[in-house]
Amino acid sequence: MAEVSIQEVKKYFGNVKALNGIDLKIEDGKFVVLLGPSGCGKTTLLRCMSGLEKVTEGKILFGEKDVTNYAPKDRNVSMVFQSYAVWPHMKVYDNIAYPMKIKKFDRQEIEKRTLDTAKLLGISELLDRYPVQLSGGQRQRVAVARAIVLEPAVLMMDEPLSNLDALLRVLMRSELKKLQERLGTTTVYVTHDQVEAMTMGDLIAVMREGVIQQYGKPEDIYHKPANKFIAGFIGSPQMNFIDVQIKRKEGKMCLVAPGVEVECTPEIAKKIESGKHDRLIMGIRPENIHHIAGKESTTIEGKVYFTERLGAETIVHLKVGDMRIISKIAGDEIFEEEKTMNMYVDTTKIRLFDPESERSILD
Amino acid sequence: MTYKKGVTPYLYFIPVIAFLIVFLGYPLIETFRLAFTHSTEPLGNFLRVTRTGEIWKALKYTLAISAIVVPAQLVLALALALFINMRFKGYLFLLYIISIPLALSDVSAALMSYSIFSPSGYINKILLNLGLTDTPIYFFGRGFESRAFWVIVITEIWRATPLVFVIILAGLQSVNKEYLEAADVFGFSRWTKLRKIILPILKPAMLSALLIRTLFAFQIFGVTWLLTGRDIPVLAGEAYYWQSIRFNSNVAASYGLVIAIVSIIISWIYLVVLRSKEVEGARA
Amino acid sequence: MMKKVLILLVSVVIAIWFLSPVVLIVISSLTPSGEYYNPSRILPRSLTLDHLRSLFVTLGGWRATLNSVQVAGMSIGISFLFGLPAAYALTRFVFRGKNAIRLGILLTRSFPVLIIGIPLLILYMRVNLSDTLLGVALAHTSMVLPFVVLISSSIIGGVSVEYEEAGMIFGLSRFASFMRITMPLVLPGLAASAIFAFIMSWNEVFVAAILTVGNRTLPAHILNAAMNAPDYFKFAAGTIMAVPAMIFIFFTRKYLMSLWGISLK
Repeated sequence: MAEVSIQEVKKYFGNVKALNGIDLKIEDGKFVVLLGPSGCGKTTLLRCMSGLEKVTEGKILFGEKDVTNYAPKDRNVSMVFQSYAVWPHMKVYDNIAYPMKIKKFDRQEIEKRTLDTAKLLGISELLDRYPVQLSGGQRQRVAVARAIVLEPAVLMMDEPLSNLDALLRVLMRSELKKLQERLGTTTVYVTHDQVEAMTMGDLIAVMREGVIQQYGKPEDIYHKPANKFIAGFIGSPQMNFIDVQIKRKEGKMCLVAPGVEVECTPEIAKKIESGKHDRLIMGIRPENIHHIAGKESTTIEGKVYFTERLGAETIVHLKVGDMRIISKIAGDEIFEEEKTMNMYVDTTKIRLFDPESERSILD
Repeated sequence: MTYKKGVTPYLYFIPVIAFLIVFLGYPLIETFRLAFTHSTEPLGNFLRVTRTGEIWKALKYTLAISAIVVPAQLVLALALALFINMRFKGYLFLLYIISIPLALSDVSAALMSYSIFSPSGYINKILLNLGLTDTPIYFFGRGFESRAFWVIVITEIWRATPLVFVIILAGLQSVNKEYLEAADVFGFSRWTKLRKIILPILKPAMLSALLIRTLFAFQIFGVTWLLTGRDIPVLAGEAYYWQSIRFNSNVAASYGLVIAIVSIIISWIYLVVLRSKEVEGARA
Repeated sequence: MMKKVLILLVSVVIAIWFLSPVVLIVISSLTPSGEYYNPSRILPRSLTLDHLRSLFVTLGGWRATLNSVQVAGMSIGISFLFGLPAAYALTRFVFRGKNAIRLGILLTRSFPVLIIGIPLLILYMRVNLSDTLLGVALAHTSMVLPFVVLISSSIIGGVSVEYEEAGMIFGLSRFASFMRITMPLVLPGLAASAIFAFIMSWNEVFVAAILTVGNRTLPAHILNAAMNAPDYFKFAAGTIMAVPAMIFIFFTRKYLMSLWGISLK
């Protein structure tokens, strides 16, 4: 068990700045997700934490110990690789037992721990088989078993679910999370899948181009994204972004665009005032655009371009002027194409971003 | 892969590079030196040797053999590879038979030819027994150079075609099946498929094979020496003669020099072609 | 139906073309001298091991064979000792100049190794290495080493680096991880390439012939002694050279095929 502290870490590959100044504190026992698109540096950061890569600058501490220059084997960490890396020439039992064998545990201890861990992961009947005889999902469990058998200080996982089929992925998401809760091991989990991040993480660090954009609880990241990138990366379907002008109408502050007119709540109006903006990017998630048939005070008016009926919900694509705006409506409804619709925006849920810096002006 | 800064990765190569510098670099330079030094003449041995005319004879024969053998190998290897790639039942067995010569040295191949073409060899015995001739037909020896030449050509083709075959077969197998299936849908004939799809994709492999084979064709030695001695002189054969029998390293090195220069030219062509292929690939 | 017959016909022709010289020389080496010189006998009625025996015993064939084995053994020993670290670095590390080094080693493969014979002989005479097996082995290594580096590099590259990294995470140093995890996985491929490298040295004739007088390898020996002996000794020598090499290749054929990039599905 350890608290991980990453201080001003930079990692350059020649001229490529894979990590450009990372500061991160991971509390003991927490499940932290490194989330971001490919090339953002999340895997590099994980590898630096494990010692497989050496940092160019900065420090890494486990608790009080400065492990920046330690080899992987001296850091007491564990890793589940994306390809599982289960050793093909050893049986499952030996795969799980090997880390203990290296550390010269005595035979009884090895046997006990191996059997217990196998039971925990539900692979007790597979102990005598070779990895090539197992399915992908089974091999993944072996990799996890091997990783936790030594009770590492930090458990690292590099996109462990990305090679599984969709159904298995959903199942394993909850199993891995429950396992971590039970063991209480500090865990760092890398993924590009925002659903995994949202459902599994205690905290999420959203990364982009070698920098952490935001670090917080999933609900904070979802409801209060710090910039346009994060807002667009999390949430499916993607948040709608509309370039709006600020106008005053009968004493109220409004955000307007062709086909769009949104009244600001007093709190939001205050923020806009103090910031002295005249243009902004408004972000509104599809589930916060509602359709109420025949209501008079409309805020978005557009024509139906396309409908996706998913059974439990309906996704409507609207053509609003030159823009495409997406609304997510509960239930199964039918909308004719080319029909004009008036949508109501939940004004408490809008996000506002500065057009140049793309940073949120709220919170 | 791990990105390594500093001097560590280079340490892994020191033994290899040091060894190659001593055992390839130094001899290469020495060859130049030996060829060009002479007690009295300024540009030395090399010029002397060229003036005697022997070297031209050796060069001529080496070129002639290469010019016939290499294209023949390419064509035969391509035909074999296309045949095997049809994957008929039992093709694996035939594949292994074709790769037998890969294990053989040129000495063994020469001796096999000898057992067939010698005065008491199989061909003569068959001809004698069929009554087609009264005395044995000589394929080797003074005065029979043209026959010996063709025996050498056949032996070399037999011996080295499998080497080219292996390269081309590997290239053939990497031809994406989907290209050929698309061609089928569009109604291409077999011949057209070969010309328009397979050959262009095979070009790099064939080019590689061409350059490598030419390079090694210039070094032909065992076959000519064992079958004909100096009757059919080739560059390497003359080098061996002057070194081990006449103990004249300078003249021997002169012959070695010609081989070295040809190798350098061919390697340089190979590099240029390789480089341009990469650029082409990047642009595509 | 016609197609099947045609294929069979062509296959038979190809098989005969490639097999007959080999079969014929083996037969020749086992033909008693009387039958060999008898013009009315194409194929012998009986076979004898006499020629092989004499070649080994009286004509120094046995010693030459032993020399060849020692030279080849030393060559692959030194080549792997020097070459494996380089192959490992080529596969597992990324560093500046990596492509240049790889290209350089690739180019040395096209180096005409036979020309090193002459200058090396002069060098060897100065350091007392002439006419020694070690001298020939070192010369052969220059031919085998680039091959070993490139082949091992691709074999090691075929084993995912993550297996090694897993080893490093779970308590092994880089070297220990390579030895205990990667090595068992690459050993079969390396063994096959070692056999092929052995045959490269076994077959080499020019350099071996130039560098030695008394301590000749088998092909060099054939060049000298056997050439002055009656025909059937030549064939016996040829058979001894050819048959072991073919046996080795036969046993490792699957690996060699995959080494050359030919899939056998």
